[in-house]
Amino acid sequence: MIRINCPYCGERDHSEFSYGGDATINYPSLDASEKEWTEAIFFRKNIKGFQFETWHHSNGCRMWLVVERSTVTHEIKSVKPCHPNLQKVVENNK
Amino acid sequence: MKTRRIDNYGKINRDKILSFSWDKKNYKGFEGDTLASALLANNIGIVGRSFKYHRPRGIFSSGVEESGALVTIGSKDRRDPNVRATTQELYNGLEASGQNAFPNVNFDLAGINNYLGRFFAAGFYYKTFMGIPPFEWGRGTAIWMFFEKFIRKAAGMGSASGLPDPDTYEHAHDFCDLIVVGSGPAGVAAAIEAAEKKLDVILVEQDSLIGGNQLAENDFDNSQIKNQLENLGIKIMTRTTAFGLYDNCVVGLLERVTDHISEPNVNIPRQRFWTIRAKHIIVGAGAIERHIAFNNNDIPGVMTVNASKHYLNRYGVLTGKRIVIATNNDSVYETAHQLSEAGANVTVLDSRTNFEIETNKSFEIRKGYVPYNINGSKKIDSLDISKSEIINKSETINCDQVLLSGGWSPAVHLLSHRGVKPKWDYNNACFLPSDTNENITMVGSSRGLWNKNDCIASGIAGTTDALNRLGISKTNYFFPKPGGWKYPIQPLYEVKYKKSRSKSFVDYQHDVTTDDVRLAHREGFISVEHLKRYTTLGMANDQGKMGNIIGLSLMAELLNKEIPEVGTTVFRPPYTPVSIGALSGRNVGKHFRPLRVTPMHQWNIDHGAKMIEVGLYQRPWYYPKENETLSDSYIREASTVRKTVGICDVTSLGKIAVQGPDSTEFLNRIYSNGFSKLQVGKARYGIMLRDDGIVMDDGTSWRLAENEYFMTTSTGEAAKVMSWLEELLQTRWTNLNVNVTSVSEQWAGVSVAGPKSREVLNNCVDDSLVITNNNLPFMGVTSTFLKGNISCRIARISFSGELAFEVYVKSDFANTMMDLLWENAKKYDGCLYGLEALGALRVEKGHVTAAELDGRVTIDDAGLSKMASTKKSYIGSAMRKRGVLKNNDREILVGFFPTNLKETFNAGTIVCEKNNIKGQGIGRITSVTYSPELGHWIGIGFVKGGLDKWKDTTLVGADPVRNKQMNLKVVSPHMIDPKGERMYA
Repeated sequence: MIRINCPYCGERDHSEFSYGGDATINYPSLDASEKEWTEAIFFRKNIKGFQFETWHHSNGCRMWLVVERSTVTHEIKSVKPCHPNLQKVVENNK
Repeated sequence: MKTRRIDNYGKINRDKILSFSWDKKNYKGFEGDTLASALLANNIGIVGRSFKYHRPRGIFSSGVEESGALVTIGSKDRRDPNVRATTQELYNGLEASGQNAFPNVNFDLAGINNYLGRFFAAGFYYKTFMGIPPFEWGRGTAIWMFFEKFIRKAAGMGSASGLPDPDTYEHAHDFCDLIVVGSGPAGVAAAIEAAEKKLDVILVEQDSLIGGNQLAENDFDNSQIKNQLENLGIKIMTRTTAFGLYDNCVVGLLERVTDHISEPNVNIPRQRFWTIRAKHIIVGAGAIERHIAFNNNDIPGVMTVNASKHYLNRYGVLTGKRIVIATNNDSVYETAHQLSEAGANVTVLDSRTNFEIETNKSFEIRKGYVPYNINGSKKIDSLDISKSEIINKSETINCDQVLLSGGWSPAVHLLSHRGVKPKWDYNNACFLPSDTNENITMVGSSRGLWNKNDCIASGIAGTTDALNRLGISKTNYFFPKPGGWKYPIQPLYEVKYKKSRSKSFVDYQHDVTTDDVRLAHREGFISVEHLKRYTTLGMANDQGKMGNIIGLSLMAELLNKEIPEVGTTVFRPPYTPVSIGALSGRNVGKHFRPLRVTPMHQWNIDHGAKMIEVGLYQRPWYYPKENETLSDSYIREASTVRKTVGICDVTSLGKIAVQGPDSTEFLNRIYSNGFSKLQVGKARYGIMLRDDGIVMDDGTSWRLAENEYFMTTSTGEAAKVMSWLEELLQTRWTNLNVNVTSVSEQWAGVSVAGPKSREVLNNCVDDSLVITNNNLPFMGVTSTFLKGNISCRIARISFSGELAFEVYVKSDFANTMMDLLWENAKKYDGCLYGLEALGALRVEKGHVTAAELDGRVTIDDAGLSKMASTKKSYIGSAMRKRGVLKNNDREILVGFFPTNLKETFNAGTIVCEKNNIKGQGIGRITSVTYSPELGHWIGIGFVKGGLDKWKDTTLVGADPVRNKQMNLKVVSPHMIDPKGERMYA
């Protein structure tokens, strides 16, 4: 069972969270071309090792998180809020 | 075989006599017995019939590795098949019976299979498809069809009751610093060491008693150990199996709470499924003694050496009179000595020649001898033995029991669950656990330590390892070296005797013989994973705990490789079987999933509603009067709405408060249609697309104030939409000042629909002026009060096509609102209507719901192109015309009338062109209803090319599932009041 250390709630089972997707995607602007959107939506790397991915604490504080997780061992290296302002708050409270 | 209880042996309580039944006959046992020990004490040798050949089988072991004594416990709805008699504790009134036999295990008619072995060799299932000589006529599925019933009846083990399980189970959770699996000397030492170092420790033992294999020692008493553990505050969980290890030091446990109790308290669960979150795991799961393959090595009376020691010293049962022990290692001599002391005549065959064992000469040792054939069928008559170098010079020993020890396999299963491959140890002829970076440490004989002092030392070292890894200490430690016997083991897996066709069993439970393994190899199955699946070796519920290594060694020999090169199969959870009941816990029946009800749920039921599940929600389905059927009722309800007025609970819709200065911008980005010019006091229907341009959901958003919106979503997509909005705001558009809050539970909503709806509301609101056509035009929104000073939100929104209002009050006032509205609706001969009538009304109007918006449909497919703004960009706008989505043969929403207006049709019907009725056709019907307004059945659905291509054309509705076919006319989906005159009234 993966355990995720939510910056707001503390360490919880992954069953409290919903998986989002690749956290490294920079979504293009809404008026960007079909090609750019196609790249952003459909093309994913298949990483062996650590990757950044989004998780939603859907049965908790409802924060969207960036989780750095190994696809091989499930080891989690870091967890931080997606929203930059929330990131700052978490940093300041450390 | 003659097995009997003897005096002065065992730790059973002889003062407490328990009675039990075996195959409907009554027997006696003692408190502390297992079913297996009680059966042996009553000299019952045959307890089962084998899987394929229906050979008589006895008790092979004294633990979880048992592959012969699988029995059925209990009767009727409490019938539990495939229970290992060796781990089932005896209780008063226990009912047990043999399985896979007719009429019983002693005389089984299907025993004839034993002589048809050729048809049941490895891969026999697969071969039935190819035609087995002389049945080549049956190639393909024919022969399988012919034999299936016979095979299914003949092969297999016990059968489940087929009745609902009357017992309860529960899920439980716990945390600890260290969990220790196994209470043998290593586990206990580890637990004590850890508790003394102030760790919070859980000690798990699958047996009813702590002690591990020490329970087989004649002078072992666990009471002192138990006191010590308890005084240190260690949580001891007996009758609890750690069945699996998972990520992050999570351990799955199965606690058998009442399986040993004759009349359990109904208020406690039968079993508990534990999820333990630990910081470190120490596994001292012990080792399992292997048997040896040779002809007829499965005759009742064959057992492992250690099992016999258990029966003697723990249960006071001597398992034979004239016992032959066959071995290749040192571990059997203490047992041999004790068995002879207890009165048995013992001979030890040791395949080795170069060793010296000191004995009191109470038993004979035959150095360099091996067994190669047992004579007998239902019991052992004698054993043929031979010099180990060349198997020919035969000598026969009269005996009634053969005990085997082909070496010991450390129980590396739990570590294997974590993907850690064991490594082969040549010196000890076994797989040993490899190291892992995870916080798991193997101790005791599960790391290949054969003597007690080494086990204890390894337990302490294991805890030191745990403390170091947890950062509590930095202490040097070392584990004792694997092994511990004075003379090395000599590998002995199979004794080949080629003179006759042999049945040398590798896997007792699945009837896999050494010949099956060789056959599989001849047929090209050289990978161990393929071998396993083809022969089903190790795939029974004992998972090959005894036989796997023998299978590997045979494969290695055939491939001319060493065992480690052949590899080992991966063990997966569970270590021992876990009942489905325990996995489900309390999530059964009504509690299978959460139940959501609206605040007027009881009110609806009190007013005659029949309910239906929509997602997790219970919603009113229809409100039958007297003897009305569903169809009578919904037709009446829908007609009443069109004629006068109806009231419908719509609380289950998702409701989201969107607040903040950038709310308008936000909505403008997520909806396909424009929101930038929506005035305060107005609502707008909107469609949300996914990034890829497919429709995600639809709903209305009401502008309550400059910076405040009240958004509704469909019932089914509410949670998804909420998460989506949060994702956008937290990950993509982090500079937007918007807050979204789910308020689904806070507001109760109804739809008041029909030409008289305004008049009904007039009597219900404080100030009827606020809902006049001028003050509240179509899509108008107002915050006002119902009579009795109940604040409410009203929007003039219509899903039915009639003049209609949605009214929301705070959930606490739901019943008051319903009373008020219903009292006034009755004055206009109104009705309460449910989901079925709601569906009829919206299909007549051509409105789409989840049945149409199924995640494959674009905004154009749904006939809602007008909802796609061309003046702005929004989520999905770049992608909604991509590639295949812009093809002009896409399936587009249309309406359908049956050509013969008396005909009915169903959702799911495939739409085809005439004379081309096949495959997926050119479209599909998604929703149908009887239309009270039109007087016949109508439907909506999708067809390639849509209305442009097919308007007023006749197509064919094919419904092969219901064996129906009808002609359908394609019409506009807006079948009633296409201009919306009624809505705007």
